[in-house]
Amino acid sequence: MENLNIFIRSIFVDNMIFAYFLGMCSFLAVSKNVKTAFGLGIAVTFVLTIALPVTWCINEYLLQPGALSWLGEEYASADLSFLGLIMFIAVIAALVQILEMVIEKYTPALYNSLGIFLPLIAVNCAILGAVLFMQQREFSNAWTATVYGVGSGIGWLLAITALAAIRERLDYSNVPKPLRGIGITFIITGLMGIAFMSFLGIKL
Amino acid sequence: MNLKKTFLPLFNPLSKDNPVIVQILGICSALAVTAKLEPALVMTISVTAVLALANVIISLLRNTIPTSIRIIVQLVVVAALVVIVDQVLKAYNYEVSKALSVFIGLIITNCIIMGRLEAFALNNRPWPAFLDGIGNGIGYGIILIIVAFFRELFGSGTLMGYQIVPQSWYEAGYMNNGMMILPPMALILVGCIIWVHRAKNKDLQE
Repeated sequence: MENLNIFIRSIFVDNMIFAYFLGMCSFLAVSKNVKTAFGLGIAVTFVLTIALPVTWCINEYLLQPGALSWLGEEYASADLSFLGLIMFIAVIAALVQILEMVIEKYTPALYNSLGIFLPLIAVNCAILGAVLFMQQREFSNAWTATVYGVGSGIGWLLAITALAAIRERLDYSNVPKPLRGIGITFIITGLMGIAFMSFLGIKL
Repeated sequence: MNLKKTFLPLFNPLSKDNPVIVQILGICSALAVTAKLEPALVMTISVTAVLALANVIISLLRNTIPTSIRIIVQLVVVAALVVIVDQVLKAYNYEVSKALSVFIGLIITNCIIMGRLEAFALNNRPWPAFLDGIGNGIGYGIILIIVAFFRELFGSGTLMGYQIVPQSWYEAGYMNNGMMILPPMALILVGCIIWVHRAKNKDLQE
């Protein structure tokens, strides 16, 4: 039940885009058509789903104060938490590298349309952000962390697909000249954020 | 003339080539920390410091880094600098460090830093790279401060924690605009800044 709550909350209430603005760069740059946006969303969800349990284990068994006690008595007082950022970013970068090779092999069309934004998932703040939030909230086991990762990924996927669909329609409307392109996209994202706020307070 | 050219990397990012509203980099943190002016200022200083130092380091190493592993090298350099900033903040300004929570760690993935390293530091000498880092940091800061100024003034009636809107206004029925504190208003404010900026710089319009 608690896991279901975390899942629903991470999709709608704590949405990566609308509540924390994480992953905005690729969100704004890749949302020009629905197909590419959906592909990137799937890729981000996939990386999040794997990255969260892996980093949870690293945090639990290597980095936390006293986490090394399984090695023996003399390591029980070790505190490696200052290494957290470097470890996490290394894990994420490695995962993205693997994903890039898989996508290039099996779906070259998607690979070409994502272009530079595929390797840039490594520096997508949504991923490192979810990992850092996981560390901050001190989830009790790896399963909860996975659920949080999947939820955040789906929330991101939902947001980017919705924005891409709106932007496709936007081509037919008469927007004031200085606002065209990126300006109106910002304002639309803001309005979508306000709509998403109606989910606030959902508890299961 | 020559002097002007030397300082071009410093002044260009302030308006004409602003990292946030023209290059569309570093949006994530720009929006999340702007509910109050003080965290916005701390964030500006941290990002400028990391960006300038990372630019210099990468620029010094630019001829020795093999292109195939340059992203990893850049990430390691930036991550090391961010860890230092994080520890310094925790030691000297714990309150603000708490308020910024994960966003200091997220400087690593701030696209401004990777973007400038890729676009500038890799093919320029250390001194221009340093100026470029400072210039982009300040350009980023300007937007942060404008957004934070409006959000704090209208949202809480304060600036830097000091009350600006007089108490008598509240007694006369003036109310803080709670909308301003909510995250989506930051996006709409940046949208408006882009509107004004592009109306003045016609060559940027799409």
